[in-house]
Amino acid sequence: MSEQNPIETDVVIIGAGPAGLFAVFELGLLDLKAHLIDILDRPGGQCTELYPEKPIYDIPALPIVTGQELVDRLIEQVKPFSPTFHFGEMAAGLTKLPDGRWKLTTDAGKELIAPVIVIAAGAGSFVPKRPPIPGIDAYEGKSVHYAVRKMESFRDKHVLIAGGGDSALDWTLNLAPIARSLTLVHHRDGFRAQAHSVNQMRELVAAGKVSFQVASVKALHGADGQLRAATLLGHDKAETQIDVDAFLPFFGLTIKLGPIAEFGLGLNENMIPVDTAKFESEQPGIFGIGDIITYPGKLKLILSGFHEAALMAQAAFHICRPHEKLRFQYTTSSSNLQKKLGVNG
Amino acid sequence: MKIFAKDRDGKDIEIEGREGWTVMEMLREAGLPITAECGGACACATCHVYIDEEWVAKLNPASDMEVDMLDMALAVQPNSRLSCQLTCSEELDGLKVTLAPE
Repeated sequence: MSEQNPIETDVVIIGAGPAGLFAVFELGLLDLKAHLIDILDRPGGQCTELYPEKPIYDIPALPIVTGQELVDRLIEQVKPFSPTFHFGEMAAGLTKLPDGRWKLTTDAGKELIAPVIVIAAGAGSFVPKRPPIPGIDAYEGKSVHYAVRKMESFRDKHVLIAGGGDSALDWTLNLAPIARSLTLVHHRDGFRAQAHSVNQMRELVAAGKVSFQVASVKALHGADGQLRAATLLGHDKAETQIDVDAFLPFFGLTIKLGPIAEFGLGLNENMIPVDTAKFESEQPGIFGIGDIITYPGKLKLILSGFHEAALMAQAAFHICRPHEKLRFQYTTSSSNLQKKLGVNG
Repeated sequence: MKIFAKDRDGKDIEIEGREGWTVMEMLREAGLPITAECGGACACATCHVYIDEEWVAKLNPASDMEVDMLDMALAVQPNSRLSCQLTCSEELDGLKVTLAPE
């Protein structure tokens, strides 16, 4: 099935964290269809990216639940409404159309048109951490990469990898056989990666196929975006220079607000001011829920995001269905809602 | 207790630490640009500081979780710690820390 472009729907939600996911549920009960955009490659936002295995103790009626379990349960809860997810894409632009609807453009060039936009972006977009090496930005995209898209592009190159997690170790193992040389640097002789990956890496080091150094990358050398060498700084303060054609830093992700700052929403300390009856921003039809919003008394708690989603959905209904009357119903008693949820009352 | 913090641009700030609160919370309250993305759950490594050499040995050693999380920090040195894992107490009166680069 080929996807139409632009996509037209009722609501576009930016961010597939707990607030965005629960918004799908509340909108779904009102027969509003939702599309979600998230820069990560899976749902959950901070819950699955920062603390999938950490227990959360303040979700009502769930005395203890991990970040991953909470997201898994939300995914199960929204299943009856079959939302469309657009993963690995960032909301890049937002413009108002002459008919009053909004057109949202993603960094992949996708266009989504809807009368209601819900920003549930938490603290912003997850982006790779950039090591504080002077001038590194000049090499990004050409010889400094934060992800491997095509392994072949590293064949016969002098590859430098930095980091101690699974990404750093996995790519060390995968690229060592095809690279001309592979150097792994990490700040300690210990890794948070899978033990079997670490063992395999140590075997490659013993066989002389990988060079591992307890060091950090101090400087990069090259011209026109193409690296030639790097200076490594050991903990003994000794500096060494090695040949480098490609540098892959793997220090995980950090959060940057990103293009939302340019959406004209009158940000207050990087948060979107909203009213507390509808959770609408100063732009009619653009709503905000969860950690990204601010109002008097705002608490950055997941449970607050759930409440905000429910009220937002009521207001969104009136924009999406201006000629219909909204009937407030309970899932416990409404056979109509139970039908939507696919359960028998 | 007092904390002496050095900003990323080299500015020195003296902070009054509250017993039982974390050094990260004190730095943030003092208006220092510390991200502390995860809010102190030892889940993000964005409250990374360097401990003044004379204080390194006086701190409780880093837990396995903190050591693992430091792998995700940038420009880690032997005196690196996550400030959300350091609790203010009288024993730490005069602690000197420097904010690590972002």
